[in-house]
Amino acid sequence: MIKAEQKPLEEILLYLKSYDRILLSGCGACVTVCQAGGEKEVGLLASALRMARMKMGTPLEALEATPARQCEPEFAAELSETVEKVEAVLSVACGVGVQTLARHFPKTPVFPGVNTTFLGETVTHGVWEERCQACGNCILERTGGVCPVARCAKQLFNGPCGGSSKGKCEIKREADCAWQLIYDRLNGLGQLYRMEEIIPARRWGVESRDSGLRRIVREDLKV
Amino acid sequence: MKAGSNLENVLSKGLFAVTGELGPPKGNEVSVIKRKADLLRGYVDAVNVTDNQTAIVRMSSIAASSLLLQMGIEPVMQMTTRDRNRIAIQSDLFGATAFGIKNMLCLTGDHHTFGNQVDSKNVHDLDSIQLIDCVRTMRDQGTLLGGEEKIEGEIKLFIGAAENPFGDPFEFRAIRLAKKVAAGVDFIQTQCIYDMNRFKEWMKMVRNLGLHEKVHILAGVTPLKSGGMARYMAKNVSGIIIPDEIIDRIVKAKKPAEEGIKLCVEQIQELREIGGVHGVHIMAIEWEQMTSQITEMAGLLPRPKVA
Repeated sequence: MIKAEQKPLEEILLYLKSYDRILLSGCGACVTVCQAGGEKEVGLLASALRMARMKMGTPLEALEATPARQCEPEFAAELSETVEKVEAVLSVACGVGVQTLARHFPKTPVFPGVNTTFLGETVTHGVWEERCQACGNCILERTGGVCPVARCAKQLFNGPCGGSSKGKCEIKREADCAWQLIYDRLNGLGQLYRMEEIIPARRWGVESRDSGLRRIVREDLKV
Repeated sequence: MKAGSNLENVLSKGLFAVTGELGPPKGNEVSVIKRKADLLRGYVDAVNVTDNQTAIVRMSSIAASSLLLQMGIEPVMQMTTRDRNRIAIQSDLFGATAFGIKNMLCLTGDHHTFGNQVDSKNVHDLDSIQLIDCVRTMRDQGTLLGGEEKIEGEIKLFIGAAENPFGDPFEFRAIRLAKKVAAGVDFIQTQCIYDMNRFKEWMKMVRNLGLHEKVHILAGVTPLKSGGMARYMAKNVSGIIIPDEIIDRIVKAKKPAEEGIKLCVEQIQELREIGGVHGVHIMAIEWEQMTSQITEMAGLLPRPKVA
């Protein structure tokens, strides 16, 4: 799922400096799971903002909402009435959700309350790690289900660099070397031969973000 | 002959090759290159010119290599994939070969966060193995990577790469070399060797795969200057293994620098006896003045004159 982290309160306060009435909108999906922008965090952040503004002598009225999925237009539409009552929206959904609201409410400023960080999984309670870069051409079948695009600091395709030491990456010593993980996994599967194959240069400019805006069109689903 | 460089000539005649290393200045001070060139001239067959090593901004390896050529020294131009996409890589190779550069070393490069521009965006459009394949395609097929488009002129390059027998997983390290050979590499320079047992074990795997007959392997050495340097490298540089007895020897020596040179000479002599080792790569980093002494003591002089 998408992972995010709340921005520093000081930064958020700066965005909202010239507004007295805002909507703080969370999202019931990914950011709820990583506890950055769910209903609970909306409540906590709203209280923190109110208190901070009270201290500053410029009280802030903060309405709260947490649609099920802020990135879906129909859920954004549900906020219409509330948005009419405020001067600005602070969204603690991911960057997609922020943009959905911005598109939906052309006359209302929408500010991000979180930094969207990566597509990742829960390693253990309170720890999340990046797993996917949405690069557009999945090669996990060749790499034993461990992604070097997301998990190797140099995005190597043909084995570990010289800095792989005792299973760890030289860039971040607390991080596992992706290629050590791939090696161990393929070894366990009896498929080490897969590491002997050369993976040729990728088609970044056709498949990935480097191709420009990516779009999926499914004719069978269009109405 | 693939490129007709001096290094290629020496190696293809079956002579034991010696290469050195030169780090370009952190600016455009040509006198730095001249000073280092004077320390290396005549003692090595070719000199590696690093490409912003450890991600510290320095004069480009192409420019510094061209200056070396003017000074009568053959360069091995290092090129990393960290800072260039395939457009820049191929364009730079047109330029480098136009200047007369005949050897190159294909590297992924040290991660940018180790250097002095940590806010930069790294590229890694290709990895080092894909880079080897790219250069080989340009040289042998006369086309750009992945295309039919003909190159105007000929890209004659003797293609090198690095390999680190001290990185993990160890069992994969010879297979990784095999991939580089399959991609088209002509010579290999290794990471600096202190753990001789592990290196010999790696070379055994290399010989078992028959790779020593397909690629020239130059064993990397770096003389230790002091006990502090030995300890620092052992502790902080991933992919370098320095056995305790070596650290002890340097730490306990009355004159550590002299002991470091002596050790380096012994290492070269031992490496020379290993089947499949076709030369040494002496990385006397910021200690270039020692290259003459090391090559002299190791009996590597005079360097052969081959046409």
